[in-house]
Amino acid sequence: MLITAEGLAIKLGGKTILHHVDLTVNRGEIITIVGPNGSGKSTLLRALVGALAPSSGRVTKAAGLKIGYVPQKLQIDPTLPLTVNRFLNLPKRVARVATQNALEQAGAAQLGNRQMSDLSGGQFQRVLLARALLSTPDVLILDEPTQGLDQPGSAAFYQQIEQVRRDLNCAVLMVSHELHVVMAASDRVVCLNGHVCCEGAPEHVASAPEYRALFGTGTGGALALYRHDHNHSHDHHDHHHDHEAAE
Amino acid sequence: MSLLDDFTVRALLGGLGLALAAAPLGCFVVWRRMAYFGDATAHASILGVALALGFSISIFTGALVVALAMALIVTALSGRGLATDTILGVMAHSALAFGLVAVSFLPNIRVDLMAYLFGDILAVTKIDLAIIWAGAVAVVALLVWRWNAMLTATLNTDLATSTGIDPRREQLVLTVALALVVAVAIKVVGALLIAAMLVIPAAAARPLATTPERMAFISTGIAAAAVIVGLRAAFALDTPTGPTIVCAAALLFAISGGIGIITQAHKKDA
Repeated sequence: MLITAEGLAIKLGGKTILHHVDLTVNRGEIITIVGPNGSGKSTLLRALVGALAPSSGRVTKAAGLKIGYVPQKLQIDPTLPLTVNRFLNLPKRVARVATQNALEQAGAAQLGNRQMSDLSGGQFQRVLLARALLSTPDVLILDEPTQGLDQPGSAAFYQQIEQVRRDLNCAVLMVSHELHVVMAASDRVVCLNGHVCCEGAPEHVASAPEYRALFGTGTGGALALYRHDHNHSHDHHDHHHDHEAAE
Repeated sequence: MSLLDDFTVRALLGGLGLALAAAPLGCFVVWRRMAYFGDATAHASILGVALALGFSISIFTGALVVALAMALIVTALSGRGLATDTILGVMAHSALAFGLVAVSFLPNIRVDLMAYLFGDILAVTKIDLAIIWAGAVAVVALLVWRWNAMLTATLNTDLATSTGIDPRREQLVLTVALALVVAVAIKVVGALLIAAMLVIPAAAARPLATTPERMAFISTGIAAAAVIVGLRAAFALDTPTGPTIVCAAALLFAISGGIGIITQAHKKDA
């Protein structure tokens, strides 16, 4: 067990965002958290990282656990000039070889000297992934890593994550809205709405009544069950509008 | 020490000291969108001047204490209902107004308020010089020490926390440095133009820089150039020195902006 949350509750500004959350992260598994907007997905990740203190319950981490964290929104102010290599050297200087390795692992080998502000959405997310990989983490925590990417872009990104998991044998915990990709790419799905509604293997969660209640039995449910074939994903750019309707 | 007996030399050294402290700190002010925060702290320092004159302590100490208190209050209040710019507006102008009223209660002291609002770099004494340079060295040392942590906290607070950096502490360090610069700069450019020396050189350096460190170095160079050019121009044209220095900085900003546009266009052609 790498991270365990027991009876976790988080209050922000007097409002209870999460309550009675139990979650265990084991080595080598890919866990995806799904849930409607405002269900506390990001809050849960931030609590696990240590950016938020629990109002009750606790988070236990394995001794010496290394976390690679990619926050939900990282907007780099255009007034801040920053090359990809310099970004990877924050806050600590790392060896040139290490940054190059991390970039290669994240599928961003050619981007080292580019300005962060010049990167496309997909390139930016890969650089963030590379940064998280620098510490050879035991757990990768990714908050909506594919937001703003088109469908082929996010499919490629999830394949990269699987590759990373194989290379590092790390756990991956991520938040995603792309239900069909989640179903294909996760070992375990946690359905969150202030508390854990249901969790388990993707097939199990997809048929759970709690999950159906949240995502609907109409298009939402159908979309959730729909397994996407990544090999011919071009011309599918308009699909993500459907998921938004399903949220 | 004979060189320091020349008031033009003292003015130059005072201005360069300010450039050294203000320019790299100004980069953080720009990156974190704190331009108005610098303004507010500077306005509040006038209250510090009044208190210093009233209690006959040094202007530097008075300005530093009030600027620091102001910065800490704003930091504490932000995120509790009111928008930060509203809090800053309330605090800055109240402090300035209270400062101006307080100064009027000092009947026995003839106060040349203009000197504190716009600075009087030509009146910089040897002691002022020592204070300015001590402050500048302290600010630069603080920035060098905390550079990477502050830069990470500037990028993203959660990212900073996940690497063991406390973003609130870095914010505090920045706030303290800002108060120091304001206190140091009051003699040189005055309370109304400090924010200009923080923001303009940094903004002028942006189009010419590819990394944060280069931006800090270039902005320091631009600030120093503005001081030198501004002093000379003020002598030649018989204009007020503080504002002339800021004018020089503004011209350098325009030039660097032009260079930026040209190089951008070149990149697109290539």
